[in-house]
Amino acid sequence: MTEAAVRLADIGGCAAVAPLLSARGLRFSAGGQTLIRDLDLHFSNHGISVVMGPNGAGKSVLLRLLHGVLKADAGEVHYAGRVLDEETRRREQAMVFQRPVLLRRSVEANINYVLKLHGKADAGRCQALLEQVGLAAKLRQPARALSGGEQQRLAFARALAAEPRLLFLDEPTANLDPNASAMLEDLMLGAAADGIKLICVSHDAGQARRLATEVVFIHRGEVLAQQSADAFFDRPADPRIEDYLSGRLVL
Amino acid sequence: MQDFGSAFTLAFQLVLNADADLIEIILLSLKVSLTAVLLSALIGLPLGALLATARFPGRQFCLLLVNALMGLPPVVVGLMVYLMLSNAGPLGWLRLLYSPAAMIIAQTILITPIIAALTAQVISDYEREYRELFRSMGLGLRQRILTLLFDARYSLMTVSLAGFGRAVAEVGAVMIVGGNIDHLTRVMTTSIALETSKGDLALALALGVVLMSLALLVNALVMTTRLTAKRMAHD
Repeated sequence: MTEAAVRLADIGGCAAVAPLLSARGLRFSAGGQTLIRDLDLHFSNHGISVVMGPNGAGKSVLLRLLHGVLKADAGEVHYAGRVLDEETRRREQAMVFQRPVLLRRSVEANINYVLKLHGKADAGRCQALLEQVGLAAKLRQPARALSGGEQQRLAFARALAAEPRLLFLDEPTANLDPNASAMLEDLMLGAAADGIKLICVSHDAGQARRLATEVVFIHRGEVLAQQSADAFFDRPADPRIEDYLSGRLVL
Repeated sequence: MQDFGSAFTLAFQLVLNADADLIEIILLSLKVSLTAVLLSALIGLPLGALLATARFPGRQFCLLLVNALMGLPPVVVGLMVYLMLSNAGPLGWLRLLYSPAAMIIAQTILITPIIAALTAQVISDYEREYRELFRSMGLGLRQRILTLLFDARYSLMTVSLAGFGRAVAEVGAVMIVGGNIDHLTRVMTTSIALETSKGDLALALALGVVLMSLALLVNALVMTTRLTAKRMAHD
């Protein structure tokens, strides 16, 4: 267990459980298909919640609905007890995408862009963030010339530059090799240990075991389970989850 | 009329000797077209970015209009500007007809739609890529447009150079509103038309050589800009 994981386990043991984020009656359709069906979910204010499910289950759509970058057909998302609005999202939340969307600027300029946006432009802060993700030596390089793993770590650092209370991650390691994935997982554990709530979509059961304090399993736009990670892997709430975890076809 | 060979020889002599008349014409052409490109870029770049980024009723119509205006015939633009600036026109009191300012106005009207339409195309691609990031960051329209214009800077330089290429090679509009007056509004293209009709091919050819060289230079700049963008991994 890494140091960050130990600190995270400590936080998990003593933190309050008031929901930070709640979805109530969320529904979303696209292309004549209902992708999210009257979904209710509550996320506590600590730890890492991993959203799992088979392809096409609606995981990425759910993440975008929760973050508010996609508008639901029905239902509401509440953040810290209030309906989520744009200003709250800008101030309190950030998102890391599966394919990092980096600005066509230097590594340093990508971080400074967000720092300026939040009125926190500061060379020291930029340097500290880049050191945190191991990119301090590359601050003047064009961001898009970095390797895939480095680009995703830069996207992560840029998200942290906003000092979010809640960080969404949409399969952040899906395109990375095991080494780059491990580095990003350490950063995620570190961020969670620092008190940032993480909600992460992942296909990878191994990754969920390493990271999750709780797992949300969705299938065809419905929640089949929201359990603590230990309970999820020991006693899944639905037989279809057992099928999924053992590699059998989930229909 | 000179024969082709001697006209060529004379033309190169004019260029090599930096003939005063030739230089005056070239400098005026550059001044008029560069000013027109600058003004067009100031209007066309934000306008194109706005059309690509904002969502408002009538946006598709505006895009259609800007794209259609790309094909504006220069003589029609010249005629419109002439009517506006002539003594009987609404802007006749400005007394700009047959001046470089009138030529700049005509070229600006001609190339602004080109810069705006090409900018809208370029920015649309960037906007599609950045859309979710912008939403996640909660950026307003102004911030989104400024970010897109900055990130697309290399492509937009190419767009502006294309506008310059069109402006400097244009003849119809500047002929009508400038009048091709010696030492006042005579530019490369109008000189070429005049000298050719007079049968004085040397000056016409010399200016043609310069114009062709400028076209080559503009294309070289476009290519260099693209290569630089690729090398910097910004493309």
